[in-house]
Amino acid sequence: MPSYAILLGRQRHVFEDLKAVMAAASPEKSGDRLAGIAADTNERRVAARYLLADIPLRTFLDEPLIPYEVDEVTRLIVDSHDTAAFSPVAHMTVGQFRDWLLSYECTTAQLSALAPGLTPEMVAAVSKIMRNHDLIVVAAKTSVVTGFRTTIGLKGRLSSRLQPNHPTDDPEGVAGSTLDGLTYGVGDAVIGINPAGDNLDACIRLMELFDRLRQRFDIPMQSCVLTHVTTSIKAVEAGAPLDLVFQSIAGTEAANRGFGVDLKVLEEGREAALSLKRGTVGDNVMYLETGQGSALSADAHHGVDEQTVEVRAYAVARHLKPLIVNTVVGFIGPEYLYDAKQIIRAGLEDHFCGKVLGVPMGVDVCYTNHAEADQDDMDNLMFLLASAGVNFLIAVPGADDVMLNYQSLSYHDIVSLRHSFGRPPAPEFEAWLYRMGLFDDEGRLAPQASSVARRLIDYRPDVRALA
Amino acid sequence: MSTPVDLDPFARFRAVTRARIGLGRAGDSLPIRAVLDFQLAHARARDAVHGHVDFAAMAARIGEKQPVICLKSCAADRSIYLARPDLGRRVDPMALAGIETGDFDVAFVIADGLSAAAVEAHAEIVLSACLRRLGDVKVAPIVLGEQARVAFGDEVGEALGARLVVVLIGERPGLSVPDSLGAYLTFDPKVGRRDSERNCLSNIHADGLPHELAADKIVWLIRQALRLGLTGVDLKEEMGGPAALPADL
Repeated sequence: MPSYAILLGRQRHVFEDLKAVMAAASPEKSGDRLAGIAADTNERRVAARYLLADIPLRTFLDEPLIPYEVDEVTRLIVDSHDTAAFSPVAHMTVGQFRDWLLSYECTTAQLSALAPGLTPEMVAAVSKIMRNHDLIVVAAKTSVVTGFRTTIGLKGRLSSRLQPNHPTDDPEGVAGSTLDGLTYGVGDAVIGINPAGDNLDACIRLMELFDRLRQRFDIPMQSCVLTHVTTSIKAVEAGAPLDLVFQSIAGTEAANRGFGVDLKVLEEGREAALSLKRGTVGDNVMYLETGQGSALSADAHHGVDEQTVEVRAYAVARHLKPLIVNTVVGFIGPEYLYDAKQIIRAGLEDHFCGKVLGVPMGVDVCYTNHAEADQDDMDNLMFLLASAGVNFLIAVPGADDVMLNYQSLSYHDIVSLRHSFGRPPAPEFEAWLYRMGLFDDEGRLAPQASSVARRLIDYRPDVRALA
Repeated sequence: MSTPVDLDPFARFRAVTRARIGLGRAGDSLPIRAVLDFQLAHARARDAVHGHVDFAAMAARIGEKQPVICLKSCAADRSIYLARPDLGRRVDPMALAGIETGDFDVAFVIADGLSAAAVEAHAEIVLSACLRRLGDVKVAPIVLGEQARVAFGDEVGEALGARLVVVLIGERPGLSVPDSLGAYLTFDPKVGRRDSERNCLSNIHADGLPHELAADKIVWLIRQALRLGLTGVDLKEEMGGPAALPADL
């Protein structure tokens, strides 16, 4: 492999190979420093960006950062590359590609047609020389629309995941958080719970809890129990009312093995959910989560920077035609994303890269108590992502996840963004909110003490009837 | 102005969940009381993470009854500790060189981890309760580890020549509990031990596992580990459910 070098003033900067250029060009991330691959000076970081700007996009087809022979994600990327779709930008360097993305000629339709022609490495590379501004305005031009019982990702809409986690999966406790969220009009992307354990029967009970609620109020919604894909397959075999199959995924074969999955089992999970034919407006049946740093934490990053590995996970996601994908951006902790600056940058990168690759991208705007971040920082990120046209955001009661012990957005935040940006929820769900009287003529929320809200809140799940 | 309980639409859920439901609204936003309650919880969690354990005072108190060794990890301060977990797992080499190897069954390490508040509130009480129950077991000098993670105990235990190391450490604070202590047991401690080779008791705090019961469980695990010659997934804690290992310590 060729080395890369550039002379800046009297200082010559030499990089061993393409992945060293990529790592050094990345905005500061504690995870890249932990891996020993970050630029050691500010000048060296910019030197790598100058080099990266002049590298032809084609180079990423000829020089895989992780060898084809050792990694099935690389094989997926190479084997599924659409040369015809790539042709409009095939002659460009990374820098020219960045300028083109921002140009008036680059439209929503062109970006959609281009997506199958782009590889994760190309998109990661261009993101590294884009400022936050660029990541926002280009992402806002993309459109990735998916459907199951609601349609997600339409222009001018903002969807949300309602996350009613409970430390013991107590059905009444889960119901309390769920009903609270529905009165805010949250949950049109999914009502998705992280179960306390991977026990099959417990997961099926939760699926039934949500399915009864859906049928009782005739809600156009999908639910998901975020258990391992193999548990979801067993649930389908057991006849459970499963809407979406969930799985955490990463950008290398070895990191996916750390999650206990490979492409084959992910495909089996998708087939299992498809076999139930439960979707009404679409057949996107998967919910996937990702996050920068997961491959490094599994020691499965092959010396590639954490952002590039993250974008490779979107090739896995794209292959599975998911309904929704989100980066859990601030969850992993300060050893990978140290502070709010790094979390905000990563959130914008992940959203941009996912959308440009054709992935229905959402974000869990979140942080842990040992990261240098607080609610003001999350306010910043959520407004930036709403400007960027994010497909959906995650919300929990009062921004406090009492089961996973981290902080996400609150139900209130979703309502506030909708009003600030004039972006209502998915059309099917919005129509239901009007039908229920939860939205008034101007799309404003009914108070929780009102009779229309009490109709929902006073719903009692028949706990004994749950299998 | 207080809201009568029977006007709270979520009254029936309050006993079964700590989730912040039914908070009400100010326009689209949270009412000020809910905003400040959240900020207080977050402030306590942050203070716990960035707090400083007074190890000198702790060493003086423990030293009245048994020998104590104060050590630091390779993480020079809290910000390095948070960004570089690898450094918090290793003992400062200068200090390590001064440790004398002996013939010990068990070594106890008190490590600040991610909650100074947890260590200040619970570590010495749990340690004394364990020592009272360990009559015939040969216990090494008590080690206090500053800017230390769980695996810090591996290198300490190896240097001391202990068959087993028990690390009492502050767990990552949540909004509801800023001072939760964890206990990690590792048989045949040495650098490179994997998390699957440890046993863990977590949630030792006022609303969680009480001190005396925690000591019962820890000592039960110590005796089993010494008898069977192992810790980890093959040693089930049968006095109560074993907890999963949090990956961030």
